[in-house]
Amino acid sequence: MKLFKMTMALALMLSLSLAGCKPKDSEIKAKIESKLSAEAPNVMVSVTEGVATLTGEVKDEATKTMIETDAKTAGATSVVNNTMVTPAFTPPVIVSDDPLSNSVRDATKDYPGVNAVVSDGVIMLTGTIEKANLPKLMMTLNGLGAKRIDNKLETK
Amino acid sequence: MSTLTSKYQPIVDAATAAGITDLQAREQDGVMYIDGTAPSGAVKDQLWAKYGAIDPNFTGGDLIMNIKTNVDATVTKVRVTTDSSNLNIRKGPGTDQEIVGKAAHDEVITLVSNSNEQWWLVRTADGEEGYAYAAYLTPEG
Repeated sequence: MKLFKMTMALALMLSLSLAGCKPKDSEIKAKIESKLSAEAPNVMVSVTEGVATLTGEVKDEATKTMIETDAKTAGATSVVNNTMVTPAFTPPVIVSDDPLSNSVRDATKDYPGVNAVVSDGVIMLTGTIEKANLPKLMMTLNGLGAKRIDNKLETK
Repeated sequence: MSTLTSKYQPIVDAATAAGITDLQAREQDGVMYIDGTAPSGAVKDQLWAKYGAIDPNFTGGDLIMNIKTNVDATVTKVRVTTDSSNLNIRKGPGTDQEIVGKAAHDEVITLVSNSNEQWWLVRTADGEEGYAYAAYLTPEG
């Protein structure tokens, strides 16, 4: 009986000490955050009773999978991955006025009714054009690296 | 989603569905920029039709849609698709360059290089070589 009591006490102590070893939610959260800071800075982490929830934006599917693994290695018992993949975009390329003016001149040469002026990256179109030719001209002009196209052409 | 993004969302959706590669759609200073490469000229036309449905005369001034067409590296022949006139072939890439030859409307000529997007280097059956405006050339085959 004495032995049984001692065993019980030992088991209790052991379980208490094990519970003490279990990492706190806040520690897991901090660990995950430090792992994600470089690859997925826009991801929010919350941890409740060992379960990590990830929300926010990641740049691709590979990152989404990777952060889930990171959260598990950081001590989360399971991971709810609610992140969304939103690709990183590069800013539009705007060509400077001199080369832009040259390519606009080339593009409008065959449309004598069209008057095109380039200023500060903006192509300003006035005059007239046949309706059927308008999409063709616009397709070309849209590929030249303008910041904006102000089209005031009248179609005939 | 901003007003501008939702206005042109049908184009982005169609581009995604049609397999446009390197697709980018973003807004900057009140202008939406959609870039990408279409697998064929037909797909590019399809996206322009979408644009035309949203803004029939392209007067909005709030979209730059730069869709390139992927020209297969195996393409060596291009058709002259002017309205009816001959196509000038020039010494260099630009309308200020000397005209060194002409290709007839609907004639099929050799594509030498399309490394310059607007001006392709071509060669006629007579052996005249020079730059022609890419908007009037359609890849064959």
